[in-house]
Amino acid sequence: MPESIKRIARAVSSALLVPIMALIVAFALGAVVMTLFGDDPVAAYQGLYDGAFGSAKAWARTLLKTTPLILTGLAVAVAFKAGLFNIGAAGQFIIGTVCSVAVGIHFEGTPLLIHLPAALLAGIAGGMIWGAIPGLLKVYTGAHEVITTIMMNYIASLFAGWTVYAGGRQGQSPGPLWDPTARAISETPDVLTSAQLPLMGNPRLDLHLGIIIAPLAALLIWWLIYRTTFGFEVRTVGRNADAARYAGMYPRRTTVMAMALAGGLAGLAGAIETLGLNHKFAPEFGGSVGFEGITVALLAQTHPLGVVFAAFLLGSLEAGASRMQFESGVSADIIDVIQALVLIFVAAPLIIRSLWPGKRSSLAAGTKTQ
Amino acid sequence: MNRMRRRSSLLTLLAIAFVVTAIWVNTTSFAEGSWQAQWLPLFFGVSALNFMLRAAVPLILGALCGILCERSGIVNIGIEGMMLTGAFAGFVAKVATNHWPLYASLSVSVVAAMAAGGLMGLLHALFSIRFRMDQIISGTVLIILAMGLTAYLYDRDAVAQGKFTAVAIPFLSDIPVIGEVLFTNPPITYIALILVAVVHVALFHTRWGLRTRAVGEHPGAADTMGVNVNAYRYMNTIIGGMLAGLAGGFLVLEAVGQFQEGMTAGRGFISLAAVIFGNWTPFGAMTASMLFGYTQALQNELLLAGVAGIPRQFVSMIPYVVTIIAVAGLVGRVRPPAASGKVYNKDGQQ
Repeated sequence: MPESIKRIARAVSSALLVPIMALIVAFALGAVVMTLFGDDPVAAYQGLYDGAFGSAKAWARTLLKTTPLILTGLAVAVAFKAGLFNIGAAGQFIIGTVCSVAVGIHFEGTPLLIHLPAALLAGIAGGMIWGAIPGLLKVYTGAHEVITTIMMNYIASLFAGWTVYAGGRQGQSPGPLWDPTARAISETPDVLTSAQLPLMGNPRLDLHLGIIIAPLAALLIWWLIYRTTFGFEVRTVGRNADAARYAGMYPRRTTVMAMALAGGLAGLAGAIETLGLNHKFAPEFGGSVGFEGITVALLAQTHPLGVVFAAFLLGSLEAGASRMQFESGVSADIIDVIQALVLIFVAAPLIIRSLWPGKRSSLAAGTKTQ
Repeated sequence: MNRMRRRSSLLTLLAIAFVVTAIWVNTTSFAEGSWQAQWLPLFFGVSALNFMLRAAVPLILGALCGILCERSGIVNIGIEGMMLTGAFAGFVAKVATNHWPLYASLSVSVVAAMAAGGLMGLLHALFSIRFRMDQIISGTVLIILAMGLTAYLYDRDAVAQGKFTAVAIPFLSDIPVIGEVLFTNPPITYIALILVAVVHVALFHTRWGLRTRAVGEHPGAADTMGVNVNAYRYMNTIIGGMLAGLAGGFLVLEAVGQFQEGMTAGRGFISLAAVIFGNWTPFGAMTASMLFGYTQALQNELLLAGVAGIPRQFVSMIPYVVTIIAVAGLVGRVRPPAASGKVYNKDGQQ
């Protein structure tokens, strides 16, 4: 075998060894927890597998769960590259949802080729603004992005709640996006078909165009971060803002742009989730995709292409969770425990390596967020 | 430094002005129907002040946790997870001891909450020191683990019976307004306020505190002087975890009386904001917690009064908008302990 192929094979196997070992150990420990508390881990994992990969419908569910996670994972990963911790993907996601719905339910008669991109762009723009605000605050006032992004999350969900508020109590007027035919229920009307993401394949599987857009976005972000001047600036600022300034870069501008890009990705996630799957917005659609974006980004060690695999892992766990609960009676919350365990073992390979007798040679430090 | 001092004296002045106004409002009777009678009690009434303190207690304890960890060089964004674990452990202990005398049962539950928080602190320290995990990741892991485990183990049929009630402190509670607000509270509230002073003295006026701060600012120098860097980091993170656990205990055993899934509802994160806003000092963090608590009280009062014309969602935004303004406008650039978040190992490798 030529030397280069051997080298690549070695690199791939060492890159995969830790995540695969992490998965095995995490599932084993998850089984121990379930056994300790009187649940049957075999039945649980069987149900989990059935729910995630057991049929065409299950595969579709996994892909649909993966799609927004890729984008929110990228939103967190891009910010990490610039040395910023974006806890705000949840808020940026919600704003993206609201903005895309606002465009999607109006402008009847617009052709799909204009309406759909406009609705997607509205979601991206909303997310970008929501992401740029903490960036600007950080640059001009020094406000820490961890705090401001968390606060922006709460503000976003309250704002979104107001837009679809059904009104009523104390004579308050309803929100601007509320659907009057829904009576007391707070939700928007359905997005017009000209703004919905087209379905692919069997329409019963709900597979919309978004499941292709998300991995493409990951590819684009990889290119942007590793193959462009902007990406180089982002990574340099993330490593050392002072050095970047001495090198003639503008860390302030880069910081704001990175946060706007992160927000735009999370906003796109919201837009795709709405225009492809839910077709409307109600407050409970906010979900936890934003927060899970953090897990995805960390699992992927902030690499844009790794994000796709990490999102797929989390997406399949989530797709299988309800089936697992239904078939085996094990609470779906065990999924969170397994996620945390996977994260532990990926982030601290030292723990796994210390289980390996004799092999003490490569005591590399764990995952870095930057 | 000068700017810092100017800011803290400004804050002290504001706080004094607030207290004086509150006393004036609560001891004066305004004409029926006047704007004073309508508005001032909303902003300064005893019920608003009580609400402020209740909302502030878990934030104060969470912030003290953050201060202890970060002062010794361990970044802790997992306060939320430590709180939630403490709340759950307190609840489980309370349910298990329901048949005991109320105060014995509650005391054991408080201990359980603190022990669980301390265990989470130990876990955080092990991850970030022993296994050199990125501390941001470790904190995130704590949150996910706590949310998953407590939800998985929570038995929806379990009911805790009884919770801490207010204990009036003799004489002090008779002072008008101040007595009502400060000296008629359940025990954990008093403990939290006392702990602020304790942590302040411990950090700034003891050898232990000096060493803790040295470890957080310049571990290499501390090590050269013979301080065991990692021992201090373990100790601080575990004690911090216990305080966060106590915050969880407060929610279950003093505020709500029951456990609810995800009941910490972002308080750990707001504590983190209070740490930064308070510039990594106990009294600063307490002031910040009170401010956050006050905005929540204000929101609550305004919602109850039903301010016409303003959608209630916008009223509910007040605490979060104020936090952003405060962090952006009042705090400006702050400086965390220099070695916070960095692994220390003797041979100097990073």
